[in-house]
Amino acid sequence: MTLAPTSDPAPAPPDGTVAPVVDLRGVSRRFGTVDALLDLDLSVPSGTITVLLGPNGAGKTTATRIITGALEPHHGEVRVFGLDPATHGEEVRRRCGVVSAKPALYDRLTGHANLAYSAELYGLGRGPGVDERTRLALARSVLHDPQLLLFDEPTSGLDPESSHAVLEMIKSMAGGGVTVIMCTHLLLEAEGLAQQVVVLEGGTDLVAGAPRELTRRFWPASVVRLDAEDRSQLARVVGMPGVRDAETVGDGLKELAGMVGDGIDAPLGSGPVDVQLEDPDGVADLVEALVRSGVRLTRVEPRIPTLEDLYFAVRRSRAQSHTVLADDGGRQLTPTSNGAGS
Amino acid sequence: MTAPATPVARPTGRVNASVKPPIRLKPSRVWTIARTELKQLIEARDFWMPMMILGGIFFLVIPTILLFAITSIGNIHAVHQISQAVQLLPAKARAAVRGKSEQGQTAYALAVFLLAPVAVVVPLTISTAVGASTIVGERERGTGEFLAHSPASVHEIYLGKLIASVVPGYVTTIVGFGLYSLIVNTLVGPEVGGWFFPTTQWWVLMLWVVPPFVLLTLSVVLRLSARVKSTAAAQQASGLVTLPLIMIAYGEATGAVYGGNWVGIAVGAVVWFLALLGLWRGMKAVTRGRLLGVADGI
Repeated sequence: MTLAPTSDPAPAPPDGTVAPVVDLRGVSRRFGTVDALLDLDLSVPSGTITVLLGPNGAGKTTATRIITGALEPHHGEVRVFGLDPATHGEEVRRRCGVVSAKPALYDRLTGHANLAYSAELYGLGRGPGVDERTRLALARSVLHDPQLLLFDEPTSGLDPESSHAVLEMIKSMAGGGVTVIMCTHLLLEAEGLAQQVVVLEGGTDLVAGAPRELTRRFWPASVVRLDAEDRSQLARVVGMPGVRDAETVGDGLKELAGMVGDGIDAPLGSGPVDVQLEDPDGVADLVEALVRSGVRLTRVEPRIPTLEDLYFAVRRSRAQSHTVLADDGGRQLTPTSNGAGS
Repeated sequence: MTAPATPVARPTGRVNASVKPPIRLKPSRVWTIARTELKQLIEARDFWMPMMILGGIFFLVIPTILLFAITSIGNIHAVHQISQAVQLLPAKARAAVRGKSEQGQTAYALAVFLLAPVAVVVPLTISTAVGASTIVGERERGTGEFLAHSPASVHEIYLGKLIASVVPGYVTTIVGFGLYSLIVNTLVGPEVGGWFFPTTQWWVLMLWVVPPFVLLTLSVVLRLSARVKSTAAAQQASGLVTLPLIMIAYGEATGAVYGGNWVGIAVGAVVWFLALLGLWRGMKAVTRGRLLGVADGI
């Protein structure tokens, strides 16, 4: 689709909602024979934190480069602040701050000189001096008061304290109205930070949305984790009133197996069990029923699925649906059972 | 945003392939890039020291030894041989040689005619060394990512890098030229009746012929720097590509000095044309993809 260039931001949608700061539609980018991005759709509302999740090679970095216009897509439509970065790159980039995965600074320049260089390129005066590498790169990205911040694995190589400080800073900047897009493969890092999550794989967006909304989509029922002195007795939850589904929680190695899409197929009773309930208030009834049936419970833990759970569920679901949909060319993720609710 | 389960139709055709933004240059931004590059060069003592030594050898050491030997040691065999070589100069150049004694004439011919190509070799060598690493160096250090995401246009980046590559070579040459003039006038002046250097041909050479040769060479070197994978490869390739250019420049500079002012001006005009053409084409070699190191072919 070819777009006519425009110097004005796109008009606000007629329904009164605010136009997204970043809007990618069907964006593809190929390097040689490799599809770095394939039909990527991404919409980032103003003033939110969106986290792009995905393994190495998923297309996170390429997506950020497309957003600033550093790279042009081969297919698809890109709008940032309502502008096409291919034709209005300077305007778009002037309003963006970017921290790349390897925050490279000019080694022969002092910290002050690095900031001054950035300030002058962005049309400001000379910047203040700071002496720490990552902080410098972060400072460099916000020096010109950007409206869109793109962080490509901003905590890469940092110690835990510095990582925490960086994430807090990102949170505080988003609180100030700046739109943030952050790429990471560290799920814990995104937890509690992301207002929108986009899971990428093979350059394609598998799923996107607010973490809570996605969690509800994948786990519509509430989940409680149970353990018992005699784990074989836990198999009795199957068929009890109000129980939608149950699956054994694997140990670390089995969960690792889940990462690659095998799922956890251990028989009920070989470990703790996650039970999906139709009614969120049904935990007490379930516990009572189990106790009556002679099960001596050692653990009853209502569970709120984490971003990590969501990520692996999405990828498992993708792996399963990929085979089903491959024949008719479909690519869209459809949540399924086996941990990813319908 | 990810859509429902319907397969997504893939758009076809290259987006915006025909819509290119107009070339806009902000001189202040070009200068910022050039100045920052130069600042880094100044900090790189291990880089500029050899360059200074090179300039010193060509402009100071060799002329001083040669001219001092000719004017002070007297009628030795070597002086006689050089004076024979002077007879091989074109008639117009031979007629311009000043000096009452054989020593004076030999020293004059050496200073004005035989050492002229030095003025071309020094800036070309230095600027090639700087230019070869300027773009591929950004990519190797990872700072290309910063530049690619910055508001600076690729044309501004190119021109900034070009200026930063021209300045070290040309400034070294101008400073060397000044010192060379002092040496020549001090050592040869008494033999030919006073200070005589620079001659008009040398002014034409330094201000009109040398600059376009430097630019022409850099138009090739910067293209190489944008395309190759490493600084080492850029320097090797630049050496190979610029060697013929240095030889041509050597010959043309000699011709410009021997042939009189109009020859120098004509040679300069042709090289200026070629240099500007080369620079215009070379500007296209710098892309954001190449700064990032992801452009096809890198």
